[in-house]
Amino acid sequence: MTTIDLDATKFDAEKLFQRKRLIGFGIPAVIAVYFVYIFFAFDLPGLAGRANMENAVTLASDSWSHKVHVTRDNRSGEITYAVEGERKGRYPDGQRPDWVTGDDAIIIDLGREHIVRYLPDNRTEIEIPGFQLIEVQAEGRTVTTNLPDDLPDWISASDRRVGITTPEGRITLTGARTEVFNYFPGWELFWFTLDSPYYGQSLATILFGDQIDPARSNITGAVSDWWNNAMWRHKDVAWAIGETILMAFLGTMGAAIIALPLGFLAAKRFSPFMLVRAATRRLFDFVRGVDALIWTVVLARAFGPGPLTGALAILITDTGTFGKIFSEALENVDQKQIEGVASTGAKPLQRYRFGVIPQIVPVLLAQILYFLESNTRSATIIGAITGGGIGLMLTQAIQTQKDWEEVAYYIVLIIAMVMFMDWFSGWLRGKLIGRKD
Amino acid sequence: MADISLSGAPHQVDGIQASYMAQVQRRRLYGGLTLLIFVVLMVSGFNVADDRNAGGFWEGLHQIGDYPADVLSEAWEKRADLPALIAKYFPALVETINIAAVSTLIGAIGGLFLSLLGTRGLAKWPLLIPLFRRISDIMRAVPEIVIALVLIFVLGGGPVPAMIAIAIHTAGALAKMFSEVSENTDLKAVEGLASTGATWSQRMLLGVLPQVAPNYVSYTLLRFEINIRASAILGFVGAGGLGYELRNSMAWGPGRFDEAAAIFILLFGTIVFFDQVSSRYRNRLTEGQGQ
Repeated sequence: MTTIDLDATKFDAEKLFQRKRLIGFGIPAVIAVYFVYIFFAFDLPGLAGRANMENAVTLASDSWSHKVHVTRDNRSGEITYAVEGERKGRYPDGQRPDWVTGDDAIIIDLGREHIVRYLPDNRTEIEIPGFQLIEVQAEGRTVTTNLPDDLPDWISASDRRVGITTPEGRITLTGARTEVFNYFPGWELFWFTLDSPYYGQSLATILFGDQIDPARSNITGAVSDWWNNAMWRHKDVAWAIGETILMAFLGTMGAAIIALPLGFLAAKRFSPFMLVRAATRRLFDFVRGVDALIWTVVLARAFGPGPLTGALAILITDTGTFGKIFSEALENVDQKQIEGVASTGAKPLQRYRFGVIPQIVPVLLAQILYFLESNTRSATIIGAITGGGIGLMLTQAIQTQKDWEEVAYYIVLIIAMVMFMDWFSGWLRGKLIGRKD
Repeated sequence: MADISLSGAPHQVDGIQASYMAQVQRRRLYGGLTLLIFVVLMVSGFNVADDRNAGGFWEGLHQIGDYPADVLSEAWEKRADLPALIAKYFPALVETINIAAVSTLIGAIGGLFLSLLGTRGLAKWPLLIPLFRRISDIMRAVPEIVIALVLIFVLGGGPVPAMIAIAIHTAGALAKMFSEVSENTDLKAVEGLASTGATWSQRMLLGVLPQVAPNYVSYTLLRFEINIRASAILGFVGAGGLGYELRNSMAWGPGRFDEAAAIFILLFGTIVFFDQVSSRYRNRLTEGQGQ
């Protein structure tokens, strides 16, 4: 090698290094610049102003705790006790939580010496350690208090409404009613609502104890009361999860059934006509490109909201994806096996059945099962748009903005459902085509 | 000897044939049963879905074309406005693409760390491998809409909730795909670097990443395609971008179908464009590896 050659090689190597160095620094720099652009395009500095931290606190505390409302109607003087303030969670007449005592004056013990007393004539006394005794009188539409002018920030007071927030509970007083919220950890009434005879019974009592409800045996009664629980709606939730999985199943399998023959049409090996091939491929590209969102919107107009619409949206979109994958798999089949089958005198259909299908089945099954899992997630999202399944229940629960424990419950169920489908499709794949490793 | 084998052979062949036929029949029976169960599941599933749907399948079937026809005819009448509308919604499209791009980038970085920390032989803390794997499993299992809806409640509508939601799911999904690749890396380079006293991050950066980069980039591009669709869908539930505009114009109904049509066109064009571009680059990346 001459010196000139060597110099040229060195020069080339130098240039190569320089280029690599440029890329090594350039790509991170471009990404950093892009992030800076996004930082301003998405208005992240303004996000702190828009974010509602109170919502975050409500969400975080409500998702693992529940509150019991003690409400006095200041017109009729009637007092109600209800979990989450809902009609479904109301204590039956004559029953009340054990932290409420007294007959004429109702004494509510919120814990740690925070005590609220509902006195006759719509008077209320609130004892909070380290603060003066608060007296409130409700009259017509106004409330009068003995509160001083400068208030700590956990009390808000006007002549229409007084709100007191303590770590032990919240108290709101208006002319029309006086309300105390007492917070407890846990998901209340998850098993039985208050009107069920099984409420408050231990598992052992239900399984082995005396018959609680004379009309039903303990286990059937308990299961049916739990299943029909009006607060948590276990039956509806189970149906919703079933609907979501059904959408994914029908959509994926239907797409596979339709895409298989179309895949033959689009594969060069099996479809001699260029025009047919090109048309099928463009059809696949089209249905894939339109995307599940638009299909959902279009189909919901024709079929109305529900699981069928979601299933069809998944079916149409995935027909495109499957068609593409299947036709690629079909192009790669080994010709020798087909020839072998043909040499036995097999007719074309038999050649496909015994020469082609066994070769592509593992690829097909692997893809179908993978999509089954991923479509469970899509079905949740599509359900939120088209109105079906657990996605809809989740959206509704979030939009009412109060039942955060139900939201947490649904989220846990959704994650469990997706993980189950992931495991199930992996298990089925292992059973049908054997494990890779 | 010869007699025995001659008289024995037909018997053996008969036996083999009989057991073979029995095996074939059993397989056919199992195959038939599986097919039967599958057909029953499909038919009954279809009936259940049809029952629980607001409108029936057969009643709705002939109406499928109605809505697209309405939209198209109105858009055709106002076709002169279409370019202006497309220009009007272009910023929303940019937002949708930005959401997808940022969340793919963040998700890829997160997935990279999760996969390196969760792969045997590469992990910095081998004891914590199961922990990082479970984390990525859970991140993968959460549908984007769950996080997006919760974050919209806290942060208000806009692109940020969608971005975070998609990024979390992407990190989990990519972590799984990345770790499948990084399990097959050649550890010799890593060992060589370790012998020179390289730190963990140097070993990963110089020993592992050059081996896995083409596959990682290819998976990330695939994820970007998926995320464009996801970011359009999340817009529909209030997270900004093109989906949000689509919902608004659809809620309006007839009279603003030209806007819906403009958004359809933009969305369709974008998805097809990025599909084509990314599949071209992915092919190039994986082909280069085969050589």
